[in-house]
Amino acid sequence: MNLGPHADFIVAAYAVTMFVVAVLVAWVALDYSAQRRILGGLEQRGVTRRSQRKG
Amino acid sequence: MPVIDLANPTRFLSIVNRVLPWLIALTVILFAVGLFRAMNAPDDYQQGATVKIMFLHVPAAWLGMFGWGLMTVAALGTLVWRHPLADVAGKAAAPIGAAFTFICLVTGSLWGRPTWGTYWVWDARLTSMLVLLLLYFGVLALYWTAEEPSRGARAAAILSLVGAVNLPIIKFSVDWWNTLHQPASVFRMGGSKIDPALLTPLLIMALAFTLLFVTLHLAVMRNEILRRRVRSMRLMQAQELAEVT
Repeated sequence: MNLGPHADFIVAAYAVTMFVVAVLVAWVALDYSAQRRILGGLEQRGVTRRSQRKG
Repeated sequence: MPVIDLANPTRFLSIVNRVLPWLIALTVILFAVGLFRAMNAPDDYQQGATVKIMFLHVPAAWLGMFGWGLMTVAALGTLVWRHPLADVAGKAAAPIGAAFTFICLVTGSLWGRPTWGTYWVWDARLTSMLVLLLLYFGVLALYWTAEEPSRGARAAAILSLVGAVNLPIIKFSVDWWNTLHQPASVFRMGGSKIDPALLTPLLIMALAFTLLFVTLHLAVMRNEILRRRVRSMRLMQAQELAEVT
């Protein structure tokens, strides 16, 4: 595949896009595991949501 | 299953947990096919290989606008119908829409330099797209800095509705003003002006990016629901501690 005389611009466009998408995916995954960990910690300490309480 | 069931966050979470793995797999497959087709697409007779930037730039532009459209509908849900997931959907769309708008502006700039001879001009299309990015930053600032989440949500919903005025300006800027940016060439009266050899990979990449947007949006909504649960549980804990002491 020959990208011609403007290969730098094409590679830079794909690199920036991949970087931004990677940052988004990493943020979503890390945030998910962080929220799960905090929720697990709260539940272990016996804290429940109002809707989970009986009576 | 009635649609109203989706309004229940617990029900919504269980559906998202089941759907997300399939969406991720489909997105990866579509990107593999789309990138293969994009890399093997012929050069444009005028722009040469730089036309490959189009496969990123155009879907990013569409999704940057789609994100704000989604936030506008969510804003109506928040302000008018007070749907429990509307604010969650609006808040989740903002960072993703901002990211796609940023990609659109950067790739457009990198495409503009070899084809127009400049990275940037203050023409109507480019400027209105930059305004969209600034509006996204405004909404994110409202969400992230509000002390009371519900007040931040209302303010962000109002800004989303006001900012929706910018969407037709972006779309029709190339028709209303004399711009360096080319007019619409994919979705236009009389059919697309792009050769099928370039149009097919473009549409596959657009579908892949759209699935990526939907996948990320559902995942961010799931995170936001969990974050709100954490907040409400901490409030309950604090109330109980206050009652004991």
